[in-house]
Amino acid sequence: MFRRTSAWERSYITVVSKHSKVEDFGTVDRVGIEERVAKFTTRSIKKQSKLWGLNTAVSMVDLTTLEGKDTPGKVASLCQKARQPSDDSSIPPVAAICIYPSLIKEARKLLADSPIKIASVATAFPSGQSSLKVRLQEVKYAVNAGADEIDMVINRGLFLAGEYDAVQDEIAAVVEATGDATLKVILEVSELETYDNIRAASFMAMQVLRPGDFIKTSTGKASGSATLANTQVMLEAIRDFYLDTGIPIGMKPAGGIRTAKQALHYLVAVKETLGDAWLNSSRYRFGASSLLNDLLRQIHKEKSGAYQAPYYFSEAAGSY
Amino acid sequence: MSERIPVIKTPKVYVGGAFIRSESGRTFPVYDSGGQFVANVPQCTRKDLRNAVEAAAKAVPGWSRRTPYNRGQIIYRLAEMLEARADEMTGVLRQFAPAWTSAAEQEVAETVDRLVHYAGWADKYEQVLGSANPVAAPFFNFTLTEPIGVVGIIASDSAPLLGLLTQAAAAIVSGNTVVALASESAPYPAITLGEMLATSDLPGGVVNILTGYRKELIPTFATHAHIRGIDAVATGDDATALRRGAADSVKRVKVRQPDINWSSEFNESVYEIRNFIDFKTVWHPIGA
Amino acid sequence: MAVTLDPSDKDSGSKDEKKKHGHKLSVPELIFGDLWEYDPAPETADPRIRSRYDLFIGGRFVAPQAGEYFASINPATEETVTEIAVASAADVDSAYVAAQMAYETVWRTMPGRERGKYVYRIARLLQDRAREFAVAESIDGGKPIKESRDFDVPMAAAHFFYHAGWADKLAYVAPGRTVQPIGVVGQVIPWNFPLLMLAWKIAPAIAAGNCVVIKPAETTSATAMKFAELLQEAGLPDGVVNIVTGGGETGAALTGHPAARKIAFTGSTDVGKLIMRQLAERGTRMTMELGGKAANVVFEDSPIDQAVEGVVHGIFFNQGHVCCAGSRLLVQESIAESFINKLQQRMETLRVGNPLDKNTDIGAINSREQLDRICELVESGVAEGAKLYQPSCALPSRGFFYRPTLFTEVTQSHRIAREEIFGPVLSILTFRTMDEAIEKANNTMYGLSAGVWTDKGSRILRMAAELKAGVVWANTFNKFDPASPFGGYKESGFGREGGRQGLLDYVDLS
Repeated sequence: MFRRTSAWERSYITVVSKHSKVEDFGTVDRVGIEERVAKFTTRSIKKQSKLWGLNTAVSMVDLTTLEGKDTPGKVASLCQKARQPSDDSSIPPVAAICIYPSLIKEARKLLADSPIKIASVATAFPSGQSSLKVRLQEVKYAVNAGADEIDMVINRGLFLAGEYDAVQDEIAAVVEATGDATLKVILEVSELETYDNIRAASFMAMQVLRPGDFIKTSTGKASGSATLANTQVMLEAIRDFYLDTGIPIGMKPAGGIRTAKQALHYLVAVKETLGDAWLNSSRYRFGASSLLNDLLRQIHKEKSGAYQAPYYFSEAAGSY
Repeated sequence: MSERIPVIKTPKVYVGGAFIRSESGRTFPVYDSGGQFVANVPQCTRKDLRNAVEAAAKAVPGWSRRTPYNRGQIIYRLAEMLEARADEMTGVLRQFAPAWTSAAEQEVAETVDRLVHYAGWADKYEQVLGSANPVAAPFFNFTLTEPIGVVGIIASDSAPLLGLLTQAAAAIVSGNTVVALASESAPYPAITLGEMLATSDLPGGVVNILTGYRKELIPTFATHAHIRGIDAVATGDDATALRRGAADSVKRVKVRQPDINWSSEFNESVYEIRNFIDFKTVWHPIGA
Repeated sequence: MAVTLDPSDKDSGSKDEKKKHGHKLSVPELIFGDLWEYDPAPETADPRIRSRYDLFIGGRFVAPQAGEYFASINPATEETVTEIAVASAADVDSAYVAAQMAYETVWRTMPGRERGKYVYRIARLLQDRAREFAVAESIDGGKPIKESRDFDVPMAAAHFFYHAGWADKLAYVAPGRTVQPIGVVGQVIPWNFPLLMLAWKIAPAIAAGNCVVIKPAETTSATAMKFAELLQEAGLPDGVVNIVTGGGETGAALTGHPAARKIAFTGSTDVGKLIMRQLAERGTRMTMELGGKAANVVFEDSPIDQAVEGVVHGIFFNQGHVCCAGSRLLVQESIAESFINKLQQRMETLRVGNPLDKNTDIGAINSREQLDRICELVESGVAEGAKLYQPSCALPSRGFFYRPTLFTEVTQSHRIAREEIFGPVLSILTFRTMDEAIEKANNTMYGLSAGVWTDKGSRILRMAAELKAGVVWANTFNKFDPASPFGGYKESGFGREGGRQGLLDYVDLS
């Protein structure tokens, strides 16, 4: 019969070393994967299945504000929106809010009695261009301030210089620094540029993560962010890693997902790649700010049958 | 002083780079245009044809993988050999074809020129017949040509040299190999041609020439599945038999009329080469 | 800083709760269950199929002389879709008369740029009515609406648009020669891509100045007859295209007609051979696009997930009713087991069912006859010792449906490895070296298409050269384009369709 091991099977358990190459983790054909995800967008999600998808998407949102002009007031309003996205009480709260470390304490107070997680970016977000020591200190600061989840960035400079073992060592160090907090590792896919790189970086991260940690596409601060295709590369990496090791890693596409329709396409990809066990907020998140309001708009439309104006929803951008 | 008795050549056919008699041991006599007996040429059988197809098939990979430049030079070399032996070939044509000196000389000269013409196509037809295709998706898409393999030739009686080599040159220039049945009424020029092929640089098995009876061999040419194309001078029942037999293995058949004007430039064409090539289209994503 | 990479230490520093999950998840499995079911999403556009279709001869719908019709059914419901006329030899003859008349009086002499405008019109009208045609195609033939909508109909329109532009540029088709139309050509097409095959045949023929008598397949004539209506809207001169319907007898009358200057056939190799014999005496010019048994060769260094997708698309596209389907998977032994696992996993998410549902991946088998043939060949595979796998998906209770199927432990001598099944059935063989892959891939009487999957560029080019097939898809599969010549080697036929090469098969040179 067939031999069990193979070049690409072995690659999952290949320990990253100075000699590692991106191809060791398997390759991805650009045109092929883009064709594949285009088919997800042709799935027609109607009626009850649409409502289920929209509600589930709400429950997966990491409601995010990451701006220099953020204030305690802005965060307070975000927390309120997170707890009760709309006056329709059948709509679930979001999964988490995602903010800068300096605002965690403010949020902690407001969400003390809530299941909503507080996620904080750290590690010299978004560039990561500081010493490892400083970055680890920032992680500890955020955890001590009450963050449940840490969104870190990988060192893209080291990655592109081929120092994969160092990239992985740094992630492992952050894992250690997070303690009990869940870690989300941002690959900043647009800076990695190729799907082969995204796949390899996913494995490098997953190999040192714990069950329930996440890998994440983007900071939202670079020129490109999540697409169905780069998310699919990561979903397939998660699937392969899970089947190989039994360790389930979560997925968080971030940036660029603004409409409910897009969110449904992303969930179709999850359903048809990782299956039912990933269709919940402990294994899948959307990093987004304006997505939530469009989800609410579409839920109300499904229920009432009438298209909704954006200014019916708080914090909505399109209020003309 | 007694007169020297000449040594008469025993005609053999050229198959797989060797000179052989028919496996059946059979021959048939040929007479010159004045009705004088000249020699007994092999009366090749179905088994001889089978063996020749084996030899031709064996030669396909090597011949088709040579560079086009190399194939061109070898066909050009064949023209050189024929030109150098033009007198001998003219003599043979005169002896066996009902033709006078100038016509025989002209047939040899035209044959040499035709070989030169096809020699030049070797590294050019691909650029005329193939293409890069502008498809509406992110793919590099190109179409190139490949030889189909073994081509069977049923040669002409009216121009036993020019006809045969016109058919053969168009087939082999792209990397096919050939099994040809020489003119039944004038087989001797093909015997002589075999000797010239043997001294050219053409690898054994690329051109194989049989002599014999059309009626005996046409059914096997038609149905032998390993012969992938047929270029035949034929009419009536012969043509029908070739086409009907070819259906069994889906082979293509080019039928030419016996009154074809072999001197016409229409027989010098990239579209003659096209008869016995396959087009292969290759797709590859542009991505990484 | 030092970080341990020992996998057994992966959970170092994590909280106890997480440690509990750590390595106790034995035999990891993916669950493709019903947590989030898609609701039915039927396409509702009106296909505008008439209850009965006559023959289309000389620009008009005319009743068959013998007055005979047959029912065309929807293979997904077994209900009658419409009634189709049976053309007799006399009807076929009048179609040829009309075509010959149109050729001599109008079409041959019309300047290419004017002829081209008609062909452009056809392309545009087909685009206008694309959804309607797609629904009709799915109802009549059983293919999923997403394929008829996203592939068949747009590709058919593209063929007309592409060839329209050639009509006034024929001088560039054959450098060194002058080209002329051939005359009236007879064309016979299969049931797997009814409208698309019609476009492949008609577009180059009329763009080059020929007139056409064409017969769609018996089970799938509805879109051809709708196309006839569209030709009337386009104002195409009467008789340039004539469409006759019926079964084998009609086909024989069409291919054997003395006025046909060329016969173009797409269909099975067996019928192709019959036509070649039929035409042996007359020596009519032909092009033949016949069967296939394509090998899809997957090397261990290939982009695996795209290869899985390519294999799935290669064999399950259009229920496997594709002459160039990748019906033999040759996978390198080193990755065979994991690759097959991935394939099986992928097959779990294929949705078989109502062709009109927008989420259906695999629709209905075209006819009961074809379903019986698939069943028979699958039974032979089991009987000969191959191992069968089918996913657990539910099938509709009515209509002709078949589960996507794969066979492992297949050898070269099994019937399922040699015969064209024309259904959603994949036969898997393994290989160790490139030479072995080449030998196995070429070990068939067919030579229509092949696939190769590898990350190494030089290997792609070597494989492309060695695979004896008219189309080689490297790191992709089942791609088509009007600019890209398509056709077979060996007993898959001769002649090409598409591109300049295909057009050359519709002209005479002088």
